[in-house]
Amino acid sequence: MIRYIYAEDLHAFPTLAHTMFLDRADQFKTRLGWEVSVDEQGYERDEYDDQNPLYVIWENADGTHGGSMRLLPTVGQTMVNDHFLHLTDGVRIESPFIWECTRFCLSREATPGVAAALMLAGGEVMKEFDIEHFVGVFDARMVRIYRRIGSSPEILGSQGEGRERISVGLWEFSGEAQASVAKSAGITPEMTRRWFERSFNATEPTPMMDLAVQTIAAAAAPMSLAA
Amino acid sequence: MGYLANAPRLDALIEGLESADSIERLQSASVAFRDFYGVNHVVYHWVNSAGEQYGCGTYDDVWVDRYLEKGYLRVDPVIQGCYQKFHPIDWKRLDWSSKAARAFLQDAIAHGVGNQGFSIPIRGPNGQYALFTVSHICSDEEWEEFTTGHRRDLILIAHCFNQVALQLEPGRAPDQGQPLSPREVEAMTMLAIGLSRAQAADKLSISEHTLRVYVESARFKLGALNTTHAVARALSRGLIVV
Repeated sequence: MIRYIYAEDLHAFPTLAHTMFLDRADQFKTRLGWEVSVDEQGYERDEYDDQNPLYVIWENADGTHGGSMRLLPTVGQTMVNDHFLHLTDGVRIESPFIWECTRFCLSREATPGVAAALMLAGGEVMKEFDIEHFVGVFDARMVRIYRRIGSSPEILGSQGEGRERISVGLWEFSGEAQASVAKSAGITPEMTRRWFERSFNATEPTPMMDLAVQTIAAAAAPMSLAA
Repeated sequence: MGYLANAPRLDALIEGLESADSIERLQSASVAFRDFYGVNHVVYHWVNSAGEQYGCGTYDDVWVDRYLEKGYLRVDPVIQGCYQKFHPIDWKRLDWSSKAARAFLQDAIAHGVGNQGFSIPIRGPNGQYALFTVSHICSDEEWEEFTTGHRRDLILIAHCFNQVALQLEPGRAPDQGQPLSPREVEAMTMLAIGLSRAQAADKLSISEHTLRVYVESARFKLGALNTTHAVARALSRGLIVV
């Protein structure tokens, strides 16, 4: 299942968080050879993990990490604006309707459905929070993965060649694209909807009118008894 | 939530907000937006990069004083649910199950805050943080219709308030706002001379998709409501010349 978790709440999911940062080290340092820092716990973390990002995480049945990505608003600090302006024609991409999506990671054991579920979860975020685009940094290998699941980003700019090629790209996730990813992965809109609701709603939506009537009636009760 | 007859248009209100150069003028902007939407309240609070708190909005002063006196900051589910977040939140999505939260809501309703609310947390640069809220008294159905229909504009207005607040940060020189990059200037110039998005993208040798993102970034930096408004603003400020 998908979980949406702000960094400050990761402590409530210790196994998931632990395996996510280990898997990120495995993907970005061991397999891709990126110059990322891995701490003494074996975690791959950077300064953006300290900005309370919103993680979208696939949780395996045993509670471990299957795949994830990291979202941040572009009106705050982002990796693209801090480090990759040369790939965006010098444009600082900033808008309440564009979020940054980075550290797209899949564990070694991830089934093809995990990447699709993550893309669909991203689509849910776009739909519910009025986000029109995600902007992100990725390498050549990810381009193939995105293509395979039917969600290729539009490339804004690239540097390097072959496997070393790093790009900044944009995702726009139309209803049709979402439907085709959902179909190929066998994930229904009800499932993505349920995952989203479970993370973002503290409870079932509160009927605010009923609650208002109840609380006011409760407060008035002792007075009417006295009268 | 009926709209006022002869109400100013949203772009005129945004224009007024954008020219605000003091907290007092932010205050009057909050009143103008409240009247425009015909809701009970519009409130904007922010914490600047030095950690200082400010606020403006249409709540009754009695309620503001009571909120502070009762230490409601610790029980208010809106604060608990929005602090350090960056996605918009309808109050019905928050946890109102505790006794303290219910007592707080009852008091808030008694002070005219409303039983419905929609809050937009904003995380600005350098630790700056803000919360923009619209609240109202109405049924769940009416509120759903209102928020669904206006969510995008509310997010936009929230960020306009925040951009003005950032300009008011101590030590910040006037007009130190984000200048447009050369590429954004080119994109805006193409639109200003009347090219379509497709033509402009073609001239700049970028995709239409990319052009849209550059124009949207420029719109945000200019604090404009839409592309037309952004082009007009860039022209009037002399950022682009045609």
